[in-house]
Amino acid sequence: MTDGSDITLEVKNLTTRFGSAKTGVTVVDGVSFSLKRGRTTALVGESGCGKSATALSVMQLLEPPGEVIAGEVRLGGVDLMRLGDAEMAEVRGRRIGMVFQDPMTSLNPLLPIGDQIAETLTAHTDLSRHEAKQRAVDLLTRVGVADAGRRVHDYPHHFSGGMRQRVLIAAAISCSPEIIIADEPTTALDVTVQAKILRLLYDLQQAMHASLLLITHDLGVVAAMADEVIVMYAGRIVERADVDTLFHRPRHPYTKALLACVEGISDRAAALEPIQGMAPDLKDPPPGCRFAPRCPSVRDVCRRQDPRLAPYSARHDVACLLVGEEAANG
Amino acid sequence: MTSPALEQTEPLSRPLRSPRRFWRIKAFLRNWTAVTAAAFLLVVLLASVFAPFLSAHGPYDADNLSRYVPIGTEGYLLGTDQQGRDMVARLLYGGRISLLVGILPTLTASAIGLALGLLAGYTRGLADHVIMRCLDVVFAFPMVLLAIAIAGAMQPGVTTEIISITVILIPYFARLARTATQDIAAMPYIEAARAAGGSPADIMLRYVLPNVFSPVIVYATTLMGLMIVVGSGLSFLGLGVQPPTADWGAMVAEGRVVLRRAPHVTVLPGILILAVSLAFNFLGDGIRDALDPRSIRR
Repeated sequence: MTDGSDITLEVKNLTTRFGSAKTGVTVVDGVSFSLKRGRTTALVGESGCGKSATALSVMQLLEPPGEVIAGEVRLGGVDLMRLGDAEMAEVRGRRIGMVFQDPMTSLNPLLPIGDQIAETLTAHTDLSRHEAKQRAVDLLTRVGVADAGRRVHDYPHHFSGGMRQRVLIAAAISCSPEIIIADEPTTALDVTVQAKILRLLYDLQQAMHASLLLITHDLGVVAAMADEVIVMYAGRIVERADVDTLFHRPRHPYTKALLACVEGISDRAAALEPIQGMAPDLKDPPPGCRFAPRCPSVRDVCRRQDPRLAPYSARHDVACLLVGEEAANG
Repeated sequence: MTSPALEQTEPLSRPLRSPRRFWRIKAFLRNWTAVTAAAFLLVVLLASVFAPFLSAHGPYDADNLSRYVPIGTEGYLLGTDQQGRDMVARLLYGGRISLLVGILPTLTASAIGLALGLLAGYTRGLADHVIMRCLDVVFAFPMVLLAIAIAGAMQPGVTTEIISITVILIPYFARLARTATQDIAAMPYIEAARAAGGSPADIMLRYVLPNVFSPVIVYATTLMGLMIVVGSGLSFLGLGVQPPTADWGAMVAEGRVVLRRAPHVTVLPGILILAVSLAFNFLGDGIRDALDPRSIRR
């Protein structure tokens, strides 16, 4: 699809299950995507659709009973799934940086923030603790913390939510990773702060020429940040396209419905179109298309046949049985 | 392509200061209750250690002509007991044993329990099961009964007291540390530390341990006062120090027979036990507050 040399991370058929084969829940089901150098890929979907589980699977941070049961995650020719714990720890923080959702609880309250940033540096480089702390000051300055030389000694409770997220971003980029995964980085923040943090992520990603995997449920964020968008529903990718295509020519009924939910904002509440029904119980997913029970344009065939993610046009994949039919009808 | 871009490092504009330890002590010193308690404990400790220099009489020097002498009598500042022994000397020498039995087993048990609890709570799985089930066996016995059983199996004496109290306290500390460890291990900052590539040992020592430390130290100081009493109980049962050697608890026990005639024989060591226990509690609170960085003013 694209020039292979641009791809930093390639995920193939990633499948993650919580629990045993019989009683477990498959939360990520055959997900494949790739991240490109200097580009932002947004992973969107409702709560519980497997966005965060995908990120944690890539990082191999799932807590039991969560387990990746199939798939490959290739980073620079190496399948991360085959790495041992110590080798994977080398990848985390150094080659893949991660920013979490809640900055209020993602920092150790008993450690000055400079030490927490230095922790990542000393784990991955041969910098001394003192050099690492100096570097932490540079990093804090870079993420927009004023008077970083003094504030490096401060504890997390001295910082506001937005500032803490800057600190976490500084830690995530401290080893100049090729990939940054940001899991809902602005969800816990005030709207006014959100834009600043997103701007910071964007600038850093551009400057470092890194791949950014942005996990969010906020389509406004997607429109502002993403180059490519992956829409997930019930553990599967239902549509994947570049951002313009996705917003202007969505093909999957779920994507259309998601966009309709947001467009309501400008037209007042009367025009809001909530998606009917609930996301399916993944313990017992419906046969056929998983969106069928909520789909406004559902056909009989949707309840029997499981759609595969297939190319609709260049750089636009859709998993919907109706798409071909629609195209045939013009 | 993957090497960390450290070439961007610029020289630091102002020197790094590392004032952390200083701030913690300062935070502790602002808490006058804790400082008073610490000072009191220090005085009691030093007085016990230097008992021979502070008392005119020996702890076993019985003067049959001046039994039950009240407080304030010349030569016997705090009076004498039923055998005419100087209360000052008895209290000072008794403090040596009481403080030793209160502090040493509690500290030893808290260190062992903290290590076991951390291991069990952080690794979970098999290590957790093995450690906790073994401790459950110890837990199943009432505290004092077990101490009696252990002490009974050995020669009576201070060492026996210390060992048996240490053994009975370990499961309490281990449980506390394990629960605290599990709470902390579930915090997002532990996940964040793992996502940053921290090794399990690093995360345990730099992230989990400091957060588990405060409840354990507070619990330890709470138990120190209680263990003085438990140690006295063991002595009373003939399993700890033997008469004429006495700790404060044994003095209370001995004096209770003559409570009406000479209340000071019972009341003085009683007051000391109470005061020392309280002081340990205040000290524990102060340490906990000082360990919490939120107590640091900028």
